Amino acid sequence: MTDQQPLLDVRNLCVDYPKRGAWRQKARVLDGVSIDVRPGETVGLVGESGSGKSTLGRAVLGLSPVSEGEVHFDGEDISRASAARRRELASALQVVFQDPYGSLNPAMTIRDTVTEPLRTAGISRAEAVQQAEILMDQVQLPSDSLDRYPNEFSGGQRQRVAIARALIRRPRLIVCDEIVSALDLSTQARILDLLMEIQQESGVSLLFTSHDLGVIRAVSHRVAVLYRGRLVEFDDVRKVTEDPTDPYTRRLLMASPVPDPERQRERRVAYRREFPGAVTA
Amino acid sequence: MSIETPQAAEKTSVRPGAWKRLISNPLGVTSVIVLLLVILMSILAPWIAPHDPRYALLDQINASPNATYWLGGDVSGRDILSRLIWGGRTTLVAALIVIVVAVVIGISTGLVAAYAGKISDTVLSWIADALLAIPSIIVLIAVYAAFGPRIALSMFIFGILISPFLFRLVRALAISVKNEAYVEAARVSGVPPVRIIFRHILVVIRGPIIVMMADITATAMTIQASLEFLGLGSINTVTWGGMIEQGFIAIYQAPLSVVWPGLLLTVTIGSVALLGNAVRDALVPGRASARRRRHSVKTPTRTGGAWKKHQDTGPSAFLTVKDLTVSYPHGEELRNVVEGVSFSVDRGEVLGLVGESGSGKSQSVFAVLGLLPEAAQVTGGQITLDGAPLPLDGQGRHRPRRMAYVPQEPMSNLDPVYTVGYQLTAPMRRVLKLSMRQARAHAMELLSRVGIHESEKVYELYPHQVSGGMAQRVLIAGAISMDPELLVADEPTTALDVTVQADILDLLRDLQMERNMAMLMVTHNFGVVADICDNVAVMRSGAVVEAGGVDKIFNAPEHPYTQALLKASLEGAPTRDFTTGGGHD
Repeated sequence: MTDQQPLLDVRNLCVDYPKRGAWRQKARVLDGVSIDVRPGETVGLVGESGSGKSTLGRAVLGLSPVSEGEVHFDGEDISRASAARRRELASALQVVFQDPYGSLNPAMTIRDTVTEPLRTAGISRAEAVQQAEILMDQVQLPSDSLDRYPNEFSGGQRQRVAIARALIRRPRLIVCDEIVSALDLSTQARILDLLMEIQQESGVSLLFTSHDLGVIRAVSHRVAVLYRGRLVEFDDVRKVTEDPTDPYTRRLLMASPVPDPERQRERRVAYRREFPGAVTA
Repeated sequence: MSIETPQAAEKTSVRPGAWKRLISNPLGVTSVIVLLLVILMSILAPWIAPHDPRYALLDQINASPNATYWLGGDVSGRDILSRLIWGGRTTLVAALIVIVVAVVIGISTGLVAAYAGKISDTVLSWIADALLAIPSIIVLIAVYAAFGPRIALSMFIFGILISPFLFRLVRALAISVKNEAYVEAARVSGVPPVRIIFRHILVVIRGPIIVMMADITATAMTIQASLEFLGLGSINTVTWGGMIEQGFIAIYQAPLSVVWPGLLLTVTIGSVALLGNAVRDALVPGRASARRRRHSVKTPTRTGGAWKKHQDTGPSAFLTVKDLTVSYPHGEELRNVVEGVSFSVDRGEVLGLVGESGSGKSQSVFAVLGLLPEAAQVTGGQITLDGAPLPLDGQGRHRPRRMAYVPQEPMSNLDPVYTVGYQLTAPMRRVLKLSMRQARAHAMELLSRVGIHESEKVYELYPHQVSGGMAQRVLIAGAISMDPELLVADEPTTALDVTVQADILDLLRDLQMERNMAMLMVTHNFGVVADICDNVAVMRSGAVVEAGGVDKIFNAPEHPYTQALLKASLEGAPTRDFTTGGGHD
């Protein structure tokens, strides 16, 4: 399986954003990043704020402009795809965003939201609704949810709706941008379970960004670590989370506290020994 | 356990349609009826008006209501009722022209400005500003003077002149939602731009637009009547404004001739404004209910036995909370969001309050701090600090400065208008009565204590110039500036990166130990609890389900909910192995 053609191949990707308040100056938020995602695989992107992990997902989706480098999807360079080509790609490339409160149109019923991608593709309303009903079942929401508006749902339920919307066109790759970071712990676990279940059934590839190494470790086959716009490590999940080579990855791993008082005490001491901080008196 | 059972809220089974909601609103019904009557009256004027509105009877000049002229006669002996009926036409046509012109120009240019990029935005905004600077009433008077009393022309021009209001509103609203996640999700789904603009932007922002459209319509009616009142109208056109003008001539002989058109104009304009609000309320779903529904509480599970043991050390503890109940009004009744919660923290001790959203952990802490929202009521229990009971009613003012607070969102808890230094020193000068120089020196000390090296420089900075971690250090410096004995931290590291979190936790631990403070730490993260807490209370649905020392809770949790929460933690979960076909291995 490992020698398969990658589905998504990001080569030497650079993204610049205009600097705030500056005239024609640009800030490089992504600098020469190369990763690939194979069919049926989850690649986790981990990093702290400003690492560029969300930008990478957005560049793949065409929501952020690519300055240099290429994004190959199924062999085709889509980094500078036209608006019309982008609309066609919607059948294969989908997204689920972080904020469960902002990712659903408050003025549309769940039915309209979930069926919209199909309706846009010219599929009849009756057929789209039928598909939506099947999906509601798949994401474990009651079928009468379709008549409701987003404000009647909890954060976890909204994320299920967002997942249903992403799935309805049977895409080959879904970009999941921090999709569980706003959710409670137990809700988070359920959403991740659902996602992995769907992946096993459908073989969809996932590009999964998170700041939480625990989440990344649970869902990813391979993990890319980003630090200030650069790729510092990209390897199998075990290698990265158990025996990282890069010092920043080590720091990230050791900084996150574990729910075990005794082990956490040891980790804290070890962390301070390896990365003497500014604070400790 | 069921924390997030996938079930929709048990609200109304099917949402009533927008029309039904409009009709069920008394103000909506009233305004709809009034406006329908006015419109019908204007359309049917030729058939229902008892007299020709221009027909004058000499004996009816300034007449009181009588059998011939039911509402009396005007200054020329014409029938007031018939003139009222015919006059509605002018008002409605004028309003219609203005609103159509303003909507077409205002909404389309507003959307273009929000979308088409910088240059068109700048140009359109300039034009809008220039139009707003023109005094419209003077322009309209000039139009009347130059072209004669042509209502359609003048109202068309007024529509253009008033369109910048709609332009500005639409532009600002569209900019605020155009980067929302659902708009981007629609783009990714291949939804064409025009459809995005209508379905995902215009529909979402329609509430304020509808209200402004009603305002513009009402203004148009007023302006049209004012122009007529100034005597600019044609003698041949019957208008309410013109009727008021003519009524004024004979106001001492026949005051009623002013009252009738005035009343009708006022009622019509008022109905338009009310209808705008009612339509907005009927169309925009969930406007009445809050964006995020919280505080919904099911039957709380009662405190287990484990806590009681820990509680026995309570009475002498520095902070004790006993049987605390916090309620919010919900319709007629009160709903408890915190019910019978007890915990205690001693000096030199860190207590973690853990739970998921809606567990009541923040509400309990706000009750301790006296920072509960106005609607909340403490309906039971007692809070004592160092043996002395704290007042539970009223808003926070009675909290001794022996307690301090570190909030969750460092950025939004610093005032963007003032420098870091000012925000640190202001309370010291006011409460501790320090001089400016003393306060500054103290602030410098505190800043370097919380690990800020260039304290001189940071002192002068504004909040937007510092990072989130730095802002949290500043807030911690502020919290310890009054030498508190109890430090309450509400998710102090949730908004921060993990590496920064590690530093902030170290800082809090050092300060707590150094000053032997009692610390109350609210968090949802069991890693943070393991890192910093001595004791922990697990909360769910407004009640403490289990409490005890950290080692006991982590190693031998008794309550099924605690067990489930610990199990949900992903730490130590197996990794996935692609070569064996995915999934947990």
